[in-house]
Amino acid sequence: MRPVAVVGIGKTAFGAFADQTLRSLAVASAQKALADARMEPSQIEAFYLGNFAGPSFVGQSHLAPFVAGGIGLAGVPCTRVEAACASGGSAFFHGVSAVGAGLYDAVLVTGVEKMTSAETPRVAEILAMAGDCGTEGKAGATFPALFALIARRHMYQYGTKREHLAAVAVKNHANGAMNPDAHMKKVITLEQAMAGKPIADPLTIYDCSLVSDGAASVILCPLEKAHLYTDKPVQVLGIAQTSDWVALDRKADITCFPAVISAGRKAYAMAGIGPERIDVAEVHDCFTIAEVVAIEDLGFVPKGQGGPFSGDGQTALGGRIPVNTSGGLKAKGHPVGATGVAQICDLVLQIRGGAGERQVRGASVGLAQNLGGSGASCVVTILGAGA
Amino acid sequence: MRTGRVYTETTIYAAPREFLAEAPYQLVIVTFDDDGSRMTGRVTGEAVAIDDAVELAEERAGVPVFRRTMVSI
Repeated sequence: MRPVAVVGIGKTAFGAFADQTLRSLAVASAQKALADARMEPSQIEAFYLGNFAGPSFVGQSHLAPFVAGGIGLAGVPCTRVEAACASGGSAFFHGVSAVGAGLYDAVLVTGVEKMTSAETPRVAEILAMAGDCGTEGKAGATFPALFALIARRHMYQYGTKREHLAAVAVKNHANGAMNPDAHMKKVITLEQAMAGKPIADPLTIYDCSLVSDGAASVILCPLEKAHLYTDKPVQVLGIAQTSDWVALDRKADITCFPAVISAGRKAYAMAGIGPERIDVAEVHDCFTIAEVVAIEDLGFVPKGQGGPFSGDGQTALGGRIPVNTSGGLKAKGHPVGATGVAQICDLVLQIRGGAGERQVRGASVGLAQNLGGSGASCVVTILGAGA
Repeated sequence: MRTGRVYTETTIYAAPREFLAEAPYQLVIVTFDDDGSRMTGRVTGEAVAIDDAVELAEERAGVPVFRRTMVSI
Protein backbone atom coordinates (compact mmCIF):
# COMPACT_ATOMS: atom_id res chain seq x y z
CA MET A 1 0.00 0.00 0.00
CA ARG A 2 1.32 3.46 -0.80
CA PRO A 3 1.50 5.84 2.19
CA VAL A 4 -1.68 7.88 2.81
CA ALA A 5 -2.01 11.29 4.49
CA VAL A 6 -4.82 13.27 6.08
CA VAL A 7 -4.59 16.78 4.61
CA GLY A 8 -7.85 18.35 5.70
CA ILE A 9 -10.16 18.12 8.71
CA GLY A 10 -13.52 19.71 9.45
CA LYS A 11 -16.11 19.19 12.18
CA THR A 12 -19.38 20.75 13.16
CA ALA A 13 -20.02 21.34 16.82
CA PHE A 14 -21.73 18.32 18.40
CA GLY A 15 -25.04 18.91 20.18
CA ALA A 16 -28.79 19.08 19.67
CA PHE A 17 -29.49 21.25 16.64
CA ALA A 18 -33.19 21.55 15.82
CA ASP A 19 -32.46 23.92 12.92
CA GLN A 20 -30.00 21.56 11.18
CA THR A 21 -30.55 18.49 8.98
CA LEU A 22 -28.41 15.42 8.40
CA ARG A 23 -27.36 16.88 5.07
CA SER A 24 -26.68 20.41 6.30
CA LEU A 25 -24.43 19.06 9.07
CA ALA A 26 -22.54 16.76 6.70
CA VAL A 27 -22.10 19.51 4.12
CA ALA A 28 -20.87 22.01 6.73
CA SER A 29 -18.17 19.62 7.96
CA ALA A 30 -17.11 18.74 4.40
CA GLN A 31 -16.79 22.40 3.45
CA LYS A 32 -14.57 23.01 6.49
CA ALA A 33 -12.35 20.06 5.53
CA LEU A 34 -12.11 21.26 1.92
CA ALA A 35 -11.17 24.76 3.09
CA ASP A 36 -8.60 23.27 5.49
CA ALA A 37 -6.98 21.42 2.56
CA ARG A 38 -7.35 24.42 0.26
CA MET A 39 -9.30 22.19 -2.14
CA GLU A 40 -12.33 22.63 -4.37
CA PRO A 41 -15.12 20.01 -4.42
CA SER A 42 -14.24 19.31 -8.07
CA GLN A 43 -10.87 17.88 -6.96
CA ILE A 44 -12.49 15.09 -4.91
CA GLU A 45 -12.44 11.76 -6.75
CA ALA A 46 -14.49 9.58 -4.37
CA PHE A 47 -16.74 10.03 -1.34
CA TYR A 48 -17.29 7.68 1.60
CA LEU A 49 -20.07 8.45 4.08
CA GLY A 50 -20.15 6.86 7.53
CA ASN A 51 -23.72 6.75 8.80
CA PHE A 52 -25.38 4.27 11.12
CA ALA A 53 -29.12 4.83 10.88
CA GLY A 54 -30.07 7.84 8.80
CA PRO A 55 -32.97 5.97 7.20
CA SER A 56 -34.43 5.25 10.67
CA PHE A 57 -33.56 8.58 12.29
CA VAL A 58 -34.54 10.95 9.48
CA GLY A 59 -36.39 8.82 6.89
CA GLN A 60 -33.89 9.16 4.04
CA SER A 61 -32.03 6.37 2.27
CA HIS A 62 -29.45 6.54 -0.54
CA LEU A 63 -27.57 8.91 1.72
CA ALA A 64 -24.11 9.07 0.13
CA PRO A 65 -25.18 10.69 -3.16
CA PHE A 66 -27.86 12.63 -1.27
CA VAL A 67 -25.17 14.27 0.89
CA ALA A 68 -22.63 14.49 -1.95
CA GLY A 69 -25.06 16.55 -4.02
CA GLY A 70 -25.08 19.17 -1.28
CA ILE A 71 -21.27 19.27 -1.25
CA GLY A 72 -21.04 19.58 -5.03
CA LEU A 73 -19.56 16.15 -5.76
CA ALA A 74 -22.06 14.90 -8.34
CA GLY A 75 -20.53 12.28 -10.60
CA VAL A 76 -17.95 10.65 -8.33
CA PRO A 77 -18.45 7.25 -6.65
CA CYS A 78 -20.44 7.84 -3.43
CA THR A 79 -20.61 5.02 -0.89
CA ARG A 80 -22.38 4.84 2.45
CA VAL A 81 -20.70 2.63 5.03
CA GLU A 82 -22.63 1.17 7.98
CA ALA A 83 -20.92 -0.63 10.87
CA ALA A 84 -23.08 0.56 13.79
CA CYS A 85 -21.05 2.94 15.98
CA ALA A 86 -17.93 2.16 13.91
CA SER A 87 -19.55 3.47 10.71
CA GLY A 88 -17.31 6.55 10.66
CA GLY A 89 -14.13 4.60 11.34
CA SER A 90 -15.08 2.07 8.70
CA ALA A 91 -15.75 4.80 6.11
CA PHE A 92 -12.29 6.16 6.93
CA PHE A 93 -10.77 2.66 6.61
CA HIS A 94 -12.33 2.27 3.16
CA GLY A 95 -11.18 5.73 2.08
CA VAL A 96 -7.62 4.97 3.21
CA SER A 97 -7.76 1.58 1.46
CA ALA A 98 -8.83 3.18 -1.82
CA VAL A 99 -6.14 5.86 -1.74
CA GLY A 100 -3.54 3.36 -0.54
CA ALA A 101 -4.42 1.02 -3.40
CA GLY A 102 -3.87 3.83 -5.88
CA LEU A 103 -7.50 4.09 -7.02
CA TYR A 104 -7.82 7.79 -6.15
CA ASP A 105 -5.60 10.76 -5.29
CA ALA A 106 -8.19 12.76 -3.34
CA VAL A 107 -10.95 11.24 -1.20
CA LEU A 108 -13.46 12.86 1.11
CA VAL A 109 -14.64 10.85 4.12
CA THR A 110 -17.57 12.22 6.10
CA GLY A 111 -19.36 10.80 9.12
CA VAL A 112 -22.74 12.10 10.19
CA GLU A 113 -25.73 11.32 12.40
CA LYS A 114 -28.84 13.37 13.15
CA MET A 115 -30.31 11.75 16.23
CA THR A 116 -32.16 14.34 18.27
CA SER A 117 -35.13 14.70 15.94
CA ALA A 118 -36.36 11.31 17.24
CA GLU A 119 -37.91 10.82 20.70
CA THR A 120 -35.59 9.22 23.29
CA PRO A 121 -37.34 5.81 23.47
CA ARG A 122 -37.25 5.62 19.65
CA VAL A 123 -33.54 6.52 19.71
CA ALA A 124 -32.97 3.66 22.17
CA GLU A 125 -34.80 1.24 19.85
CA ILE A 126 -32.79 2.31 16.81
CA LEU A 127 -29.52 1.96 18.74
CA ALA A 128 -30.58 -1.47 20.04
CA MET A 129 -30.81 -2.64 16.42
CA ALA A 130 -26.99 -2.70 16.44
CA GLY A 131 -27.28 -5.66 18.82
CA ASP A 132 -28.71 -9.11 17.99
CA CYS A 133 -32.41 -8.24 17.61
CA GLY A 134 -33.55 -11.89 17.64
CA THR A 135 -32.03 -12.74 21.03
CA GLU A 136 -30.78 -9.69 22.98
CA GLY A 137 -33.44 -7.38 21.59
CA LYS A 138 -36.32 -9.79 22.23
CA ALA A 139 -35.17 -10.24 25.82
CA GLY A 140 -35.43 -6.49 26.41
CA ALA A 141 -31.74 -5.56 26.25
CA THR A 142 -30.87 -1.95 25.62
CA PHE A 143 -27.39 -0.84 24.57
CA PRO A 144 -26.55 0.40 28.07
CA ALA A 145 -27.70 -3.02 29.33
CA LEU A 146 -25.23 -4.88 27.10
CA PHE A 147 -22.36 -2.77 28.45
CA ALA A 148 -23.75 -3.18 31.97
CA LEU A 149 -23.45 -6.95 31.49
CA ILE A 150 -19.82 -6.39 30.46
CA ALA A 151 -19.19 -4.08 33.42
CA ARG A 152 -20.61 -6.55 35.94
CA ARG A 153 -18.44 -9.36 34.65
CA HIS A 154 -15.35 -7.11 34.53
CA MET A 155 -15.97 -6.11 38.14
CA TYR A 156 -16.38 -9.76 39.10
CA GLN A 157 -13.26 -11.00 37.31
CA TYR A 158 -10.89 -8.10 38.00
CA GLY A 159 -12.25 -6.22 40.98
CA THR A 160 -13.01 -3.12 38.93
CA LYS A 161 -14.95 -0.66 41.06
CA ARG A 162 -17.80 1.76 40.47
CA GLU A 163 -15.34 4.55 41.37
CA HIS A 164 -13.09 3.52 38.48
CA LEU A 165 -15.93 3.85 35.99
CA ALA A 166 -17.01 7.16 37.50
CA ALA A 167 -13.42 8.44 37.19
CA VAL A 168 -13.64 7.91 33.41
CA ALA A 169 -16.78 10.07 33.27
CA VAL A 170 -15.23 12.79 35.46
CA LYS A 171 -12.08 12.91 33.31
CA ASN A 172 -13.94 13.01 29.99
CA HIS A 173 -16.28 15.72 31.25
CA ALA A 174 -13.26 17.77 32.36
CA ASN A 175 -11.71 17.39 28.88
CA GLY A 176 -15.01 18.17 27.15
CA ALA A 177 -15.32 21.38 29.14
CA MET A 178 -12.16 22.59 27.34
CA ASN A 179 -13.45 21.63 23.88
CA PRO A 180 -15.45 24.45 22.25
CA ASP A 181 -17.17 21.93 19.93
CA ALA A 182 -18.23 19.51 22.69
CA HIS A 183 -21.90 18.70 23.28
CA MET A 184 -21.52 18.90 27.06
CA LYS A 185 -19.12 21.40 28.57
CA LYS A 186 -19.87 20.57 32.17
CA VAL A 187 -17.37 19.54 34.80
CA ILE A 188 -18.74 16.87 37.15
CA THR A 189 -17.52 15.43 40.45
CA LEU A 190 -16.92 11.81 41.36
CA GLU A 191 -19.84 12.03 43.81
CA GLN A 192 -22.20 13.25 41.05
CA ALA A 193 -21.06 10.52 38.67
CA MET A 194 -21.60 7.84 41.34
CA ALA A 195 -25.07 9.10 42.25
CA GLY A 196 -26.50 9.44 38.74
CA LYS A 197 -29.89 8.11 37.76
CA PRO A 198 -29.66 4.31 37.33
CA ILE A 199 -29.93 3.16 33.70
CA ALA A 200 -28.79 -0.48 33.84
CA ASP A 201 -26.92 -1.58 36.97
CA PRO A 202 -24.10 -0.78 37.58
CA LEU A 203 -24.27 1.99 34.95
CA THR A 204 -25.87 5.35 35.67
CA ILE A 205 -26.69 8.19 33.33
CA TYR A 206 -23.12 9.48 33.83
CA ASP A 207 -21.67 6.25 32.47
CA CYS A 208 -23.51 6.70 29.16
CA SER A 209 -22.45 8.73 26.12
CA LEU A 210 -24.71 11.40 24.69
CA VAL A 211 -27.34 11.36 21.97
CA SER A 212 -26.06 14.04 19.59
CA ASP A 213 -26.26 15.60 16.17
CA GLY A 214 -23.04 16.29 14.33
CA ALA A 215 -20.71 15.61 11.43
CA ALA A 216 -16.99 15.31 10.79
CA SER A 217 -14.96 15.14 7.57
CA VAL A 218 -11.41 14.41 6.52
CA ILE A 219 -9.60 14.59 3.19
CA LEU A 220 -7.12 11.89 2.19
CA CYS A 221 -4.44 11.88 -0.47
CA PRO A 222 -1.22 9.98 -1.15
CA LEU A 223 1.52 11.18 1.21
CA GLU A 224 3.71 12.16 -1.75
CA LYS A 225 1.09 14.76 -2.77
CA ALA A 226 0.26 16.02 0.72
CA HIS A 227 2.52 19.08 0.39
CA LEU A 228 0.15 20.44 -2.28
CA TYR A 229 -2.57 20.86 0.34
CA THR A 230 -1.01 21.35 3.76
CA ASP A 231 2.16 22.28 5.62
CA LYS A 232 1.32 19.76 8.33
CA PRO A 233 0.38 16.43 6.77
CA VAL A 234 -0.55 13.64 9.13
CA GLN A 235 0.26 10.15 7.92
CA VAL A 236 -1.82 7.02 8.41
CA LEU A 237 0.90 4.82 9.93
CA GLY A 238 -1.34 1.84 10.56
CA ILE A 239 -5.00 0.91 10.18
CA ALA A 240 -7.12 -2.22 10.56
CA GLN A 241 -10.78 -3.14 10.62
CA THR A 242 -11.94 -6.36 12.27
CA SER A 243 -15.16 -8.10 13.24
CA ASP A 244 -16.66 -10.52 15.75
CA TRP A 245 -20.01 -11.99 16.79
CA VAL A 246 -22.81 -9.44 17.20
CA ALA A 247 -24.41 -11.25 20.17
CA LEU A 248 -22.57 -11.02 23.50
CA ASP A 249 -23.63 -14.53 24.52
CA ARG A 250 -21.59 -16.00 21.63
CA LYS A 251 -18.31 -14.68 23.05
CA ALA A 252 -16.05 -16.79 25.23
CA ASP A 253 -15.09 -13.82 27.45
CA ILE A 254 -17.07 -10.58 27.43
CA THR A 255 -14.50 -8.65 29.51
CA CYS A 256 -12.46 -8.05 26.36
CA PHE A 257 -13.23 -7.34 22.73
CA PRO A 258 -11.32 -9.75 20.45
CA ALA A 259 -12.04 -7.42 17.50
CA VAL A 260 -10.25 -4.58 19.34
CA ILE A 261 -7.31 -6.77 20.34
CA SER A 262 -6.78 -7.98 16.77
CA ALA A 263 -7.35 -4.57 15.14
CA GLY A 264 -4.84 -3.09 17.57
CA ARG A 265 -2.24 -5.78 16.86
CA LYS A 266 -2.63 -5.36 13.10
CA ALA A 267 -2.45 -1.57 13.25
CA TYR A 268 0.64 -1.67 15.52
CA ALA A 269 2.32 -4.17 13.18
CA MET A 270 1.57 -2.04 10.13
CA ALA A 271 2.94 1.05 11.89
CA GLY A 272 5.95 -0.90 13.18
CA ILE A 273 5.45 0.36 16.73
CA GLY A 274 3.92 -0.81 20.00
CA PRO A 275 1.48 0.74 22.45
CA GLU A 276 4.31 2.40 24.40
CA ARG A 277 4.87 4.76 21.46
CA ILE A 278 1.34 6.21 21.52
CA ASP A 279 1.31 9.80 22.83
CA VAL A 280 -2.44 10.38 22.78
CA ALA A 281 -5.50 8.22 22.13
CA GLU A 282 -9.15 8.67 21.25
CA VAL A 283 -11.01 5.52 22.28
CA HIS A 284 -14.64 4.52 21.98
CA ASP A 285 -16.15 5.41 25.37
CA CYS A 286 -19.79 4.81 24.44
CA PHE A 287 -19.97 3.75 28.09
CA THR A 288 -17.33 4.28 30.77
CA ILE A 289 -16.63 0.54 30.96
CA ALA A 290 -15.87 0.56 27.21
CA GLU A 291 -12.96 2.95 27.79
CA VAL A 292 -11.62 0.74 30.60
CA VAL A 293 -11.79 -2.34 28.36
CA ALA A 294 -10.34 -0.45 25.37
CA ILE A 295 -7.17 0.66 27.16
CA GLU A 296 -6.63 -2.97 28.19
CA ASP A 297 -7.35 -4.42 24.74
CA LEU A 298 -5.03 -1.86 23.10
CA GLY A 299 -2.18 -2.82 25.41
CA PHE A 300 -1.87 0.46 27.31
CA VAL A 301 -2.29 -1.52 30.54
CA PRO A 302 -2.28 -5.23 31.42
CA LYS A 303 -5.66 -7.01 31.34
CA GLY A 304 -7.75 -6.13 34.36
CA GLN A 305 -5.76 -3.01 35.24
CA GLY A 306 -7.87 -0.55 33.25
CA GLY A 307 -10.01 0.38 36.24
CA PRO A 308 -7.27 1.30 38.74
CA PHE A 309 -5.23 2.97 35.94
CA SER A 310 -8.21 5.20 35.13
CA GLY A 311 -8.94 5.78 38.81
CA ASP A 312 -5.34 6.94 39.34
CA GLY A 313 -5.65 9.64 36.68
CA GLN A 314 -3.15 7.98 34.31
CA THR A 315 -5.45 8.60 31.32
CA ALA A 316 -6.01 12.29 32.15
CA LEU A 317 -4.13 15.15 30.53
CA GLY A 318 -0.68 15.00 32.08
CA GLY A 319 -1.12 11.29 32.86
CA ARG A 320 0.88 8.43 31.40
CA ILE A 321 -1.31 8.19 28.29
CA PRO A 322 -3.94 10.90 27.82
CA VAL A 323 -7.15 9.29 26.54
CA ASN A 324 -10.07 11.16 25.00
CA THR A 325 -8.65 14.66 25.33
CA SER A 326 -11.61 15.75 23.16
CA GLY A 327 -14.04 14.74 25.91
CA GLY A 328 -14.77 11.46 24.16
CA LEU A 329 -18.19 10.18 23.27
CA LYS A 330 -19.14 10.88 26.86
CA ALA A 331 -18.79 14.68 26.74
CA LYS A 332 -17.85 15.65 23.18
CA GLY A 333 -20.98 13.77 22.11
CA HIS A 334 -21.76 10.68 20.05
CA PRO A 335 -23.49 11.36 16.74
CA VAL A 336 -22.95 7.69 15.93
CA GLY A 337 -21.82 7.81 12.29
CA ALA A 338 -19.68 10.92 12.89
CA THR A 339 -17.75 9.55 15.85
CA GLY A 340 -15.05 7.55 14.07
CA VAL A 341 -14.23 10.43 11.72
CA ALA A 342 -14.31 12.95 14.56
CA GLN A 343 -11.72 10.85 16.42
CA ILE A 344 -9.39 11.23 13.43
CA CYS A 345 -10.01 15.01 13.35
CA ASP A 346 -9.20 15.27 17.07
CA LEU A 347 -5.96 13.30 16.70
CA VAL A 348 -4.88 15.35 13.68
CA LEU A 349 -5.45 18.47 15.74
CA GLN A 350 -3.24 17.05 18.52
CA ILE A 351 -0.48 16.01 16.09
CA ARG A 352 -0.57 19.43 14.43
CA GLY A 353 -0.21 20.96 17.89
CA GLY A 354 -3.49 22.86 17.59
CA ALA A 355 -5.53 21.42 20.46
CA GLY A 356 -5.25 24.50 22.68
CA GLU A 357 -5.81 23.86 26.39
CA ARG A 358 -6.18 20.16 25.66
CA GLN A 359 -2.86 19.90 23.80
CA VAL A 360 -0.66 16.97 24.80
CA ARG A 361 2.82 18.46 24.64
CA GLY A 362 4.93 16.97 21.87
CA ALA A 363 2.19 14.61 20.68
CA SER A 364 3.43 13.06 17.44
CA VAL A 365 1.76 9.64 17.36
CA GLY A 366 -1.94 9.12 18.09
CA LEU A 367 -4.29 6.14 18.11
CA ALA A 368 -8.03 6.05 17.42
CA GLN A 369 -10.25 3.10 18.31
CA ASN A 370 -13.82 3.03 17.01
CA LEU A 371 -16.12 0.22 18.18
CA GLY A 372 -19.35 -0.97 16.58
CA GLY A 373 -22.15 -2.48 18.65
CA SER A 374 -20.96 -4.46 21.64
CA GLY A 375 -17.73 -5.31 19.83
CA ALA A 376 -18.77 -6.79 16.48
CA SER A 377 -16.88 -4.18 14.44
CA CYS A 378 -13.69 -2.35 15.27
CA VAL A 379 -11.38 0.05 13.47
CA VAL A 380 -8.02 1.03 14.95
CA THR A 381 -5.99 3.78 13.28
CA ILE A 382 -2.52 5.02 14.15
CA LEU A 383 -1.58 8.47 12.92
CA GLY A 384 1.77 10.23 12.96
CA ALA A 385 3.29 13.49 11.85
CA GLY A 386 3.98 13.19 8.10
CA ALA A 387 7.44 13.72 6.68
CA MET B 1 -34.67 -29.43 33.29
CA ARG B 2 -31.78 -27.47 31.78
CA THR B 3 -29.58 -25.89 34.43
CA GLY B 4 -26.71 -23.46 34.43
CA ARG B 5 -24.87 -20.64 36.19
CA VAL B 6 -25.28 -16.90 35.89
CA TYR B 7 -22.34 -15.58 33.82
CA THR B 8 -23.38 -11.93 34.16
CA GLU B 9 -26.47 -9.88 34.95
CA THR B 10 -27.91 -6.38 35.02
CA THR B 11 -31.12 -4.76 36.15
CA ILE B 12 -32.58 -2.48 33.49
CA TYR B 13 -34.26 0.72 34.64
CA ALA B 14 -34.45 2.58 31.33
CA ALA B 15 -36.37 0.11 29.14
CA PRO B 16 -37.36 0.18 25.48
CA ARG B 17 -40.98 1.25 24.84
CA GLU B 18 -42.09 -2.36 24.33
CA PHE B 19 -40.98 -3.31 27.85
CA LEU B 20 -41.61 -0.04 29.74
CA ALA B 21 -44.34 -1.55 31.90
CA GLU B 22 -42.01 -4.34 33.07
CA ALA B 23 -39.09 -2.11 34.20
CA PRO B 24 -37.07 -2.52 36.26
CA TYR B 25 -36.28 -6.08 35.16
CA GLN B 26 -33.23 -8.29 35.34
CA LEU B 27 -31.39 -9.50 32.24
CA VAL B 28 -28.91 -12.39 32.47
CA ILE B 29 -26.48 -14.36 30.39
CA VAL B 30 -26.44 -17.96 31.62
CA THR B 31 -23.83 -20.63 30.88
CA PHE B 32 -25.55 -24.02 30.59
CA ASP B 33 -24.12 -26.93 32.58
CA ASP B 34 -24.68 -29.50 29.81
CA ASP B 35 -22.75 -28.03 26.86
CA GLY B 36 -21.22 -24.78 28.12
CA SER B 37 -23.23 -22.71 25.64
CA ARG B 38 -24.75 -19.41 26.72
CA MET B 39 -28.10 -17.69 26.34
CA THR B 40 -29.40 -14.21 27.08
CA GLY B 41 -32.67 -14.17 28.97
CA ARG B 42 -34.86 -12.88 31.75
CA VAL B 43 -35.27 -13.86 35.38
CA THR B 44 -38.41 -14.87 37.23
CA GLY B 45 -38.71 -14.86 41.01
CA GLU B 46 -35.93 -13.43 43.15
CA ALA B 47 -33.00 -11.57 41.64
CA VAL B 48 -29.84 -13.56 40.85
CA ALA B 49 -26.11 -12.76 41.04
CA ILE B 50 -23.07 -13.96 39.09
CA ASP B 51 -22.33 -17.67 39.75
CA ASP B 52 -25.83 -18.40 41.09
CA ALA B 53 -27.24 -21.75 39.98
CA VAL B 54 -30.32 -21.31 37.81
CA GLU B 55 -32.69 -23.43 35.77
CA LEU B 56 -34.51 -22.71 32.55
CA ALA B 57 -38.05 -22.19 33.86
CA GLU B 58 -39.86 -21.41 30.62
CA GLU B 59 -39.67 -19.69 27.26
CA ARG B 60 -41.76 -16.57 26.87
CA ALA B 61 -42.20 -15.42 23.26
CA GLY B 62 -38.93 -17.12 22.36
CA VAL B 63 -37.03 -15.60 25.29
CA PRO B 64 -35.54 -17.98 27.88
CA VAL B 65 -36.66 -17.22 31.43
CA PHE B 66 -34.44 -18.46 34.28
CA ARG B 67 -35.08 -18.90 37.97
CA ARG B 68 -32.77 -19.54 40.85
CA THR B 69 -32.42 -23.28 41.50
CA MET B 70 -34.14 -24.39 44.69
CA VAL B 71 -31.73 -26.06 47.08
CA SER B 72 -33.11 -29.54 47.85
CA ILE B 73 -32.81 -30.87 51.37
